[in-house]
Amino acid sequence: MKNAEFFIDYSRCIGCEACVQACGECDTHRGVSMIHLETIARRESVQTAPQICMHCEDPICAQVCPADAIKKTPDGVVQSSLKPRCIGCSNCVMSCPFGVPKYQIDIDQMMKCDMCYDRSSVGKKPMCATVCPSGALTYTTMQDIQRTRRGIPINEWKFGGEVVHTKVYVMVPPEVERVDINLVQIANTDAALPRDPYDVALMLENA
Amino acid sequence: MAKLPTDISDLVKQFGPSLHRVPPGGWADTREDDKLVKTHCCFCGQQCGIQLRVQNNKVVGFEPWEDWPFNRGKLCPKGIKRYMQDEHPDRLKSPLARVEGKGFEPIGWDAALDRVVSEIKRIQERYGKDSFAFLTGASLTNEKAYLMGKFARVALQTANIDYNGRLCMVSSATASKKVFGIDRSGNPWSDIVAADVILVAGANISECAPITTDYIWRARDRGAKLIVTDPRMTPIARNADLYIPVRPGGDIGVFNGMLHVMIKRGWIDREYIAQHTTGFEEVARAVEKYTPEFAAKIAGVPSEMIIRAAELFGPAKTSFVLHAKGIEHHSKGVENCIAVMSLVLASGRLGREGCGYAMITGQGNGQGAREQGGKCDQLPGNRDISNPEHRKYIAGVWGVPEESLPQKGLSAIPLVEAIHEGRIKGLISICFNPVVSLPDANFTREAFDKLEFYTNIDFFLSETSRYADIVLAGSLMEEDEGTTTNTEGRVIRHRKVVSPPEGAWEDWKIICEIARRLGHGDKFNYSGPREIFDELRVASKGGVSDYFGMTWDKIEKNNGICWPCPTLDHPGTPRLYEGGKFGHPDGKAHFIPVEWRPSAEMPDAEYPIILTTGRVVAHFLSGTQTRRIGALMDQAPEPFCELHPVLAEKLGIIDDDYVKVESRRGSVVVHARVVKTIRPDTVFIPYHWPLDRSANNLTIRALDPQSLIPEYKVCAVRVFKTDAPDDAIASLEVQAGGIR
Repeated sequence: MKNAEFFIDYSRCIGCEACVQACGECDTHRGVSMIHLETIARRESVQTAPQICMHCEDPICAQVCPADAIKKTPDGVVQSSLKPRCIGCSNCVMSCPFGVPKYQIDIDQMMKCDMCYDRSSVGKKPMCATVCPSGALTYTTMQDIQRTRRGIPINEWKFGGEVVHTKVYVMVPPEVERVDINLVQIANTDAALPRDPYDVALMLENA
Repeated sequence: MAKLPTDISDLVKQFGPSLHRVPPGGWADTREDDKLVKTHCCFCGQQCGIQLRVQNNKVVGFEPWEDWPFNRGKLCPKGIKRYMQDEHPDRLKSPLARVEGKGFEPIGWDAALDRVVSEIKRIQERYGKDSFAFLTGASLTNEKAYLMGKFARVALQTANIDYNGRLCMVSSATASKKVFGIDRSGNPWSDIVAADVILVAGANISECAPITTDYIWRARDRGAKLIVTDPRMTPIARNADLYIPVRPGGDIGVFNGMLHVMIKRGWIDREYIAQHTTGFEEVARAVEKYTPEFAAKIAGVPSEMIIRAAELFGPAKTSFVLHAKGIEHHSKGVENCIAVMSLVLASGRLGREGCGYAMITGQGNGQGAREQGGKCDQLPGNRDISNPEHRKYIAGVWGVPEESLPQKGLSAIPLVEAIHEGRIKGLISICFNPVVSLPDANFTREAFDKLEFYTNIDFFLSETSRYADIVLAGSLMEEDEGTTTNTEGRVIRHRKVVSPPEGAWEDWKIICEIARRLGHGDKFNYSGPREIFDELRVASKGGVSDYFGMTWDKIEKNNGICWPCPTLDHPGTPRLYEGGKFGHPDGKAHFIPVEWRPSAEMPDAEYPIILTTGRVVAHFLSGTQTRRIGALMDQAPEPFCELHPVLAEKLGIIDDDYVKVESRRGSVVVHARVVKTIRPDTVFIPYHWPLDRSANNLTIRALDPQSLIPEYKVCAVRVFKTDAPDDAIASLEVQAGGIR
C-alpha cells in the first residue's frame, strides 16, 4: 500500500488481544509480542487501549540513548535497539512518553514495535493492523481514513511543556487539534467527568 | 461400564490438556518457500479466511488472507493461534482402548473397529436399534455432517442422533422458520454497514464474533446509531448510543415494549405489513399492555430506555438487527427471537440493502450442520424427518426403503437423560464434549457412568473421551477438506492443509469403515469428501437449503455461494426476502404474538442471585482445543465470577477473592472479578473449563419446549467467599480444571 499511515482509534478497541497475539507472529521478532494492550480500569469499565510505538519525529528514546543504539529509518520508523550497541541501560524505557520500549532481560536488549518493518517496508500492512477485528488499529491512506471515519487523525501531543509529533496518528473528535497531556489536578477531574459513566447499577437506579 | 478408568490426574498426565507454545522448528524457523494454504478458521460461524503456513506437511504458522472478502485479513486471537493445535503433544495418533486402573492404551485400528462394531451389534440386538445413540457436532464440514446424519439413519438405523448445535442455534432456527419460513440469516454482513440503526440483542459480539465489530463500527462512522441489550456492558456496548442492561430473561419486555411504542407513534410500515405478512393484529393486541412502564418492569430497566430504543429504531430509514445466544439460551428462547423478529417485520425493513436481520452463528458450521441432517428432526436440505414426502425423497437418494428411515429421535439433553434412565445403552460421538458443555454437569457425568459402551472420535482426549471404551483418533479441520456454511448462509471451501498424522484417520473414513463393517458398505462407498458433497447436492435439491447448483469449483471461484442455489447457472442468494417474498407456502411472513413468562428457575430467598454464562474471546466452546494453546491460556487462564461492587460489598467479597458459587445442582470455586459493568442482581461465569471450574455444574436442565435449547442464561445461585481449595482437582494445571 502506497503512502499508508498508521491510525489508532481507541474508541473502537474491544480488548480482544488479537494484536497482542499477532504481534508475536511477526517475523522480525517472532515469539515476542511488542504491542501493549492496556486495560484502563477493569473495575470501572471494559475500556482497553492498544499502544504501538508512535514513531516520534524526534524520538526521545533515541535522544537519551547513551550508546546511540536507536535509529530511525529514512521513512520515519524508529527501530528496536541495535544489538551490538545496546547496553541495556533502560534510559529509553523510562523516557518514552508513551511507555513503549521494553527491556528484554533474556537478551539484554531493548526491543520495541518497529511497525513490522519487514512487512511495511515492502508495502504490506503491519501484523496488528492487518488482524485487528475492530479497526482500532488501521494502516491505510490519509485519504481513506478521512473518507471513512467520523473522527479526525492528529499526530501532535503535548506532554507538560514538550510538544511531540509522531508518525502514527490517533483518531479524535473533530474539535481536538492536539492531545494535551497536562498534569492532572485530582480535585478538578470529578466535575469534568460524568459520575461513573459505565456503572450499570447507576443506570438502573430508576428501574 | 463407563466410569473413568483411572484417576483424573493420571489421565491428565498422559493425555493433557497440556500447553503447546512454540511451533515446530522454533519461532525463528520461517522460510521463503513455506507453503501458504488459503482456508478458513476452524472455530466460530464467522469462518474467517486465513492462510496456514506449511513446512514438510507440518503447520508452522499463519498469514492473514486479506483478499477474503468477509474478514479481509482480520482475525481474533483464537484464529491467530489456532495453528498451535497442529503438531500438539496431546494429539491422538492411534485408537485407544480403556484399561481398568490404568487409563488408556493404544490399540490397532482393526481391533478398535471390530470392538466398536461388535458392541453396536450386541447392544442393538439386545435392546433395540434406538438404544444406540449418536451425538455429533456443528464444527464439522457439511460433508461430514451429511455423512453423520446418513450414517445414523442408514447404518445405525437409530432415531437418536442429535448434535451440539442443540446448545447453539436451535432457538433462532425454530423462530426463523416460524416467522420467515426459512432458517437462515436474512442478509449478507455487508448490509450491516449500510444500516442507519443497529440493534444488537444479547450478542457479545466483541468476544464471540469479533470480526463483526468492524462492520458495526463502519456503520457508526457513517452515522448509524447502535442499541445493545445485555445484562453486562460488553466491549461493543461500551460505545453504544443506547445500552440497555436488561435483566437475564427480561428481553421480551424490551422488544414488546419497543413495538408498543412504535405502534402508538406510528413508526410501523402498515403497507408492508398488509402486503407481506399475516397475524399483525394479534401481535398488536398482545403488545397493547406492554406500556413502557409495564415492559420496563419485566426487563428490569428504566422505562425511558425502552422509549429511547423505540425512538432510535422506529423511525429509521434502514436498520439491521443481530441477535445471539443472549436471547436464545432460554426456556423461552424461541419466543425471545420471535419478539425481536416482530420488530423487524413491523418496521418493514428487511430484504433490502441496509435492511435486515441476522442470527449470529456460534459454531463453525452451525448453519450447515443442521441443514445436512445432524439434527434429530431434520433430513438433508433442511427437510422434515416426519414429512412423508421429504422422507421419500431422501430414502430415494440413499437407495433405502422409506420405512427403514427412523422417525424423529431425542434431542441432545433428553438423549442424555435417556442414557441416565438406562433407555440408551450405547453411544458414539464426534465433535461434542458434553460433560463440559451440557447444563447440569453432575447429571451428565452420572449419565456417562451408566453407558454400557461408549466410543468417541476425537483428535484430543477431551473430558468426555475419558469415559470412552474405545477412542478413535480422528482429524483436525485442516487435515481434511470440504465445505462449511458461514453465518451469512455462505458455503465456503476448507482446503486440506496437511495429512493427518500417521495413525489418525480422516473422520469420514472412520465413519465409512464402521458402516462397511455393519454391512452397509455399498451406501458409504466414497472416494472422498468431494463425492460426498456431490451426493449432498442431490439430497438438498428442492429443499429449503438447496445446494444443488453449487460445486466445489464454483464455490472457490466465487469466494463462496449463499444458498439457495438450485441450478448450476444460479448465482446463489446472498439476500433473502427481497420484494417481501418469504419462505412460507403463502409467501408471507407470519407475525406470532408472544407473552413474557418467568425463567424456569427465578432467584429466591435461598438462591437469591441470577447466574448467566457465556464465553470469553480467548476460548472456544468447551475448550478442548483452546485450553491446549499456551498463548490463549495466558490470555484467559481461569474462569471467574463477575459481580457488581454493590453485590460484592453485600457479600463481603473483594476482587480476586476465592468465591464459591452454588446452585441446587452443584458448585464451583473461582476467583471473584468485581466490576461495575454488570447488573447488581446478576453474576457471570464463562463456561470453557471442566470439572470443579465448570459453570455448567450450576446451570439448569430446563429446555425451551419448542427448540429444546437449555436455559444457560438464567439460573438461581448463591455466592460466598471461601478459602483457596487444595483438593486434587484444584491442584491440576488450570487448563485441566485447577485453580491458582
